[in-house]
Amino acid sequence: MTPVLSIFDLAVAASFVLINGAITTLLALGIARSLFLSAARMVIQLTLLAFVLRWLFAFEALLVTVIGILIMGVFAGLEVVLRQEKAVGRFGTGAVASSIILAAVFIVTMPTLILLIAADPWYRPQVALPIFGIVAGNAMTGIALTLSSFTDALERDAALVEARLALGETRTQALGDVLRQSVKIGLMPTINAMAAIGLVTFPGIMTGQLLANADPLQAAKYQMLVMFMIAGSSSLAIFAAAYAMLYRITDARHRLRLDRLQ
Amino acid sequence: MSLTVSRLCVANGATVSFELARGGCLALSGPSGSGKSLILRALADLDPHSGSVALDGRCMTRIAAPEWRRKVMYVPPNPAFWKPRLADHLTNQPPAPTSVALAPDRVAAPLGQLSTGERQRGALIRALQLKPRVLLADEPSAALDPENTAKLETLLAAFLGEGGAIVLVTHDPDQAARLATQQITVDAA
Repeated sequence: MTPVLSIFDLAVAASFVLINGAITTLLALGIARSLFLSAARMVIQLTLLAFVLRWLFAFEALLVTVIGILIMGVFAGLEVVLRQEKAVGRFGTGAVASSIILAAVFIVTMPTLILLIAADPWYRPQVALPIFGIVAGNAMTGIALTLSSFTDALERDAALVEARLALGETRTQALGDVLRQSVKIGLMPTINAMAAIGLVTFPGIMTGQLLANADPLQAAKYQMLVMFMIAGSSSLAIFAAAYAMLYRITDARHRLRLDRLQ
Repeated sequence: MSLTVSRLCVANGATVSFELARGGCLALSGPSGSGKSLILRALADLDPHSGSVALDGRCMTRIAAPEWRRKVMYVPPNPAFWKPRLADHLTNQPPAPTSVALAPDRVAAPLGQLSTGERQRGALIRALQLKPRVLLADEPSAALDPENTAKLETLLAAFLGEGGAIVLVTHDPDQAARLATQQITVDAA
């Protein structure tokens, strides 16, 4: 078993934040306040999460898992919108992002949970929720990055896109370069993460399992499984989000509607 | 062939009605901000607008937008290119007067080496090789000297001679006099 942490242990660890506070104060960065606020938020949010999870895991019902997943999907969509300077309707963007994340992550996690991990039962919240969360989190980051670079590229190259439309190209043709470029940017973190993992970064899932005294090879296998899921679902989500953006920033008459960006 | 425009109204309230036949050239004049460019963009269906536009009796809304824009083609005042050379933008054999307006080695040169006049003519050649029926030319010679303007007008005149029609936005009354068969002064409402 993992060594159990006492409140006193945590209090000692919390003093490390004071080092950070001392440095920021020394340099007069003016962020000491937000540093301590963030630290306090982390403590409160994680404690609450722990209690919610304890309560959820006690049920072990399919409905609990599904509701948990839906709530995470909604928050992920909200987070995508919050990371956009401009969006084609903030509510619409959030709704589309949530739906895409839920769909993309379901497609990948469902078969994995049922056929590969095969916990008993397969929807066991203790297994399903963390896996869904980590995969959805990556899809969320990918979509947020893709959408913001799509917007940037469009605002930069609007004249170019319109020139192509004026020559009779369809919206998919005229916006093709913008779409490909933003999908590429969105996929970069996932690809880089797979390349650097284990050499530079010590992956989170594996760290957790090692702390829980798991065999390193077994932990590594879980990490690989999760990375494959992330790669699959992120690319699905990014691709779908970029296409949705393409259709929402143009209209049925193949016009570029930058006026919809707010 | 004719382009029939009735009560076309754009974002700033400017409204026009006209009919343009084969070989005809309509010059739109009016102060900046009066909506001349907006009217050209609306004619190509690049912006939302009200009123009706028809080519040979076929209404714009009944034709797929990309197909409409290949027939009624807008050429903006600042042409944009997305490939390294002008030649990369041409899908068909350019029309005959092209070699007069732009030497073949310029067509194959990197776009960064082209002068403003060459780029402007290049954009026109790119549009014309797609064989539009109506050309919407938005201040095609605004930044050009008389020599370059003459070369550009050669291209426009050749297009009219082949039975094309042009809606031309220009600030130059002499250019309007040289090319136009009819004129409209645009006012914002």
